[in-house]
Amino acid sequence: MYDKGKIIPGIIVFVCLLIFPILYNSGSAGVLPNPEKPKDQKECVKDKQYMRTTHMQLINDWRDEVLREGNREKVVVQGKKYDKSLMNGCMTCHTNKKKFCDECHVYASVYPYCWDCHFVPKETI
Amino acid sequence: MADPKPDVLGVSVARDPSLMTGAVPSKEWMDVPAVFKPGNYCYPGKKSIVEYHSKNFPGLFGEPREWEVESDDWKLPDNWKEIIINGIKERLDKFRSFKIFMDCCVRCGACADKCHFFLGTGDPKNMPVLRAELLRSVYRNEFTKAGKILGRIAGARPMTFGVLKEWFMYYYQCTECRRCSVFCPYGIDTAEVTMMARELLHLVGVNTNWILEPAANSNRTGNHLGLQPHTFKDNAEFLLDDIEEATGLKLNSLTFNRKGAEVLFIIPSADVFAEPGIFTFMGYLLLFDHIGLDYTISTYASEGGNFGSFTNNELMKKLNGKMYAEAERLGVKWILGGECGHMWRVVHQYMDTMNGELQRSLEMPVSPITGTRFENAAASKMVHVSEFTADLIKHGKLKIDKSRNDHRVVTFHDSCNPARGMGMLDEPRYILENVCNNFYDMPENCIRENTFCCGSGTGLNTGEIMELRMRGGLPRANAVKYVEDRHGVNMLSCVCAIDRATLLALMEYWNPNVGVCGVSELVGNALIMDGEKERETDLRFDPLPGTEG
Amino acid sequence: MRILYPFLAVLALVLISFVGAKMPGGQSLFGVVIPYLAFFAFIIFFIKKIIYWAKSPVPFRIPTTSGQEKSLPWIKQNKTDCPSSTGGVIGRMFLEVFLFRSLFKNTKTDVEDGPKLVYGSSKYLWLFGLLFHYSFLVIFLRHWRLFTNPVPSFVTKLELADGLLQVGVPVLYQSDIILLLALTFLFLRRVIRPQLRYISLASDYFPLFLIMGIGITGILMRYFIRVDIVSVKELAMGLATFKPVIKGDIGVLFFIHLFLVSCLMVYFPFSKLMHMGGVFLSPTRNLANNNRMVRHINPWNDTSIKPHSYAGYEDEFREFMVNAGLPVEKELPPAAEEPPAAEEDKPAE
Repeated sequence: MYDKGKIIPGIIVFVCLLIFPILYNSGSAGVLPNPEKPKDQKECVKDKQYMRTTHMQLINDWRDEVLREGNREKVVVQGKKYDKSLMNGCMTCHTNKKKFCDECHVYASVYPYCWDCHFVPKETI
Repeated sequence: MADPKPDVLGVSVARDPSLMTGAVPSKEWMDVPAVFKPGNYCYPGKKSIVEYHSKNFPGLFGEPREWEVESDDWKLPDNWKEIIINGIKERLDKFRSFKIFMDCCVRCGACADKCHFFLGTGDPKNMPVLRAELLRSVYRNEFTKAGKILGRIAGARPMTFGVLKEWFMYYYQCTECRRCSVFCPYGIDTAEVTMMARELLHLVGVNTNWILEPAANSNRTGNHLGLQPHTFKDNAEFLLDDIEEATGLKLNSLTFNRKGAEVLFIIPSADVFAEPGIFTFMGYLLLFDHIGLDYTISTYASEGGNFGSFTNNELMKKLNGKMYAEAERLGVKWILGGECGHMWRVVHQYMDTMNGELQRSLEMPVSPITGTRFENAAASKMVHVSEFTADLIKHGKLKIDKSRNDHRVVTFHDSCNPARGMGMLDEPRYILENVCNNFYDMPENCIRENTFCCGSGTGLNTGEIMELRMRGGLPRANAVKYVEDRHGVNMLSCVCAIDRATLLALMEYWNPNVGVCGVSELVGNALIMDGEKERETDLRFDPLPGTEG
Repeated sequence: MRILYPFLAVLALVLISFVGAKMPGGQSLFGVVIPYLAFFAFIIFFIKKIIYWAKSPVPFRIPTTSGQEKSLPWIKQNKTDCPSSTGGVIGRMFLEVFLFRSLFKNTKTDVEDGPKLVYGSSKYLWLFGLLFHYSFLVIFLRHWRLFTNPVPSFVTKLELADGLLQVGVPVLYQSDIILLLALTFLFLRRVIRPQLRYISLASDYFPLFLIMGIGITGILMRYFIRVDIVSVKELAMGLATFKPVIKGDIGVLFFIHLFLVSCLMVYFPFSKLMHMGGVFLSPTRNLANNNRMVRHINPWNDTSIKPHSYAGYEDEFREFMVNAGLPVEKELPPAAEEPPAAEEDKPAE
């Protein structure tokens, strides 16, 4: 009464679950994100590392300031004025959602709800 | 030491500082030694008895000797620690349950307040989780990496004499009732842990006489009381006289050791010996006579109860083997078992595995009266008398006058083993509902799979630990009190011989107006026998309702 | 001591990884080497433990019957709590493993003057236990988004469901909050209830603190001290494809998180956390209550143990039996001499 017939399959199922990602990828790390950078701009409202980690909070704060407090004062960085706006701010430089935003978002499986309200730029349709 | 009176003990249970009443002990449990004093331990096995068992099982019962529990010298063999550790190793290899139960406990505490001994004593080590930790701590120390490296931080401690004393104290304050295991998320069964611990204690000759002597008697004379065949027969036949007095009928259907009977009937032997079991026995006899069952009782296999099951699996197997051996010798078709608790744990969960090879010609049990095939006993060939009786009632084969039990307001105590080691819950209730008019169940937390132990099972039914037994039985008594207050219950019925002995003491102590009976007694009382006289008393010679005066 | 030591131990682990990850080569050590070792240690020792258990047989079929047995056809069997078939056992195990059925039955007992015992329902342990385990499972599965590319749709859906409330940016996962709440409850319960406090060992607090640490560092990384998720995923994908690379500036918090997870993986197989595997193997739950229907085989059953023989019994008592009119196999010898001694002597009185 050792139940080998149940325990061994049980262990196999368990291990398969644990190494599911290894099996699923089968050695291929897939396509790496390569967001298209604006050709004519080098500077953003914050430094690169901040934008990589925290841009969503910045945009969220902008939205609250603009929509909830009516504060449309522009952001000035190094003398340059930026609209606190996704479409009229960010996307004036990063023009292509598909080639910029989605590159990393899809990679990291992040699906922000920006586009619940904003029209999706037509190149992605 | 005089045992305290119920009112004193009652205040003590509810008021004395203990983990049950909210007081936290100031010392960690590993630092609280077990202290034996008169009244809190069972007397050790007599040398001659241990010698007897050692002859059959060399080594398993340790070195026969006289020793004192209260002494600090238990006259253990020099290598007793080694014997214990090797014993643990051997049992880990034999019982997966032991390994799992040692490794998996997360100390969630769900079991803590499920133990009747904890509820009655408030002693932390009576929480099933700590009871198991007593052994688990040694297991960790010897068999796990964490325990070896981290020691006490990992809950490990070496085997010492102090630990051994704790084991002897607390594994004999567990009745293997399995109530904790119903609530454990991993099904950890303290009964299993206690069985292992008791086996280990036996290896070094630490034991109790109240278990070993009945076990020796069972082996030699067939029953735990040590009744020799002629005495057993005489005792049983006295009860025929009592039946005659109560019913006017001289039954002639009772036979002993008769070859060729259809059914071998095995009872817990106390049923031919002591009140109130004898009334239960009278009930069986009336029932079998009523339906014309072709049965016999064996003096050789005259004990259903298995005191070996309180020691180790080897002795359990040896004692149990008689049932099949005798059934084969007498050439019966199948075996019917009487009302007994741990007997049915053994019969239901162990017998066919341990001794199945001894049965060769037994047949699938079929009720000769109703034709019902007991498919649930197809392999083991043994049927419980409550299953058998319920089937008879269902098929209308019994002539019953329920009103004869009208002077009884009955409740039912699910014995631990039939409840949690078998699952026989509705059969006795069905019988009770059909043989008496006043049946009330106790509250749901105290019956069926949640039933409380009588407080004295697994060989703790001994006079020297009376206070402990009354504390351990309090949860059961309390639930009876509840239905006594609410419905006027005056009779506690059960299907266990140990219960019939222990509940009697328990009721006398906590609920003196409640009697104790076997279910079959009420059946016998209600049966309208052919040719009987008008009954004026029940089987106990108490006047029937409407006949007084 | 039982609470402080494990707390300090977890704190020490945090410090080790905090300092270690900043040392030269520390990122590869804490980001690649240790996680690999821990993961494979986890798998190997987990399996070893299961095999250790499985090597011992289940000699007897000892289910804890928690309901009516299968007996007469007209008596309703409780098929979930007292199953008699494989299907029934699967049902019972399902309820046990996925819904913690036994814990659901939990009660709380108090003793009052009288003495009177009072039983109350007590479902908190069940509720918070269930919440903890399920949020842990959801969090575990959600992490596959970092280890798979492209991310399978069920992982994405799980994430969407977990962030259904759309609170904050990034969207708050309910499972994060529930996990910490449940852990807090489980911890406080141990500290506050006297019975629990008394039985708890350091090894009960350590995993609580460790998992709390994992949860807190994870939450910090997502909501407060943010790390670059793309770099994290590149490392995770590297690990899952055996081509690990550390690119970009990931942030030390990530290495603390990963180190604590590694510690959990190594600790797991040697601890009570193995109840995860053990719950499947518990003989009081995973066996059918069909002992009398189907013979269970005990591989070490000792067939040399025989009952005290009838012949021996009759030899000892033959005279009494004959005199009492009990049938015997062998009649008394004509000389009515003492029969030969039984094979086993009787115990002295």
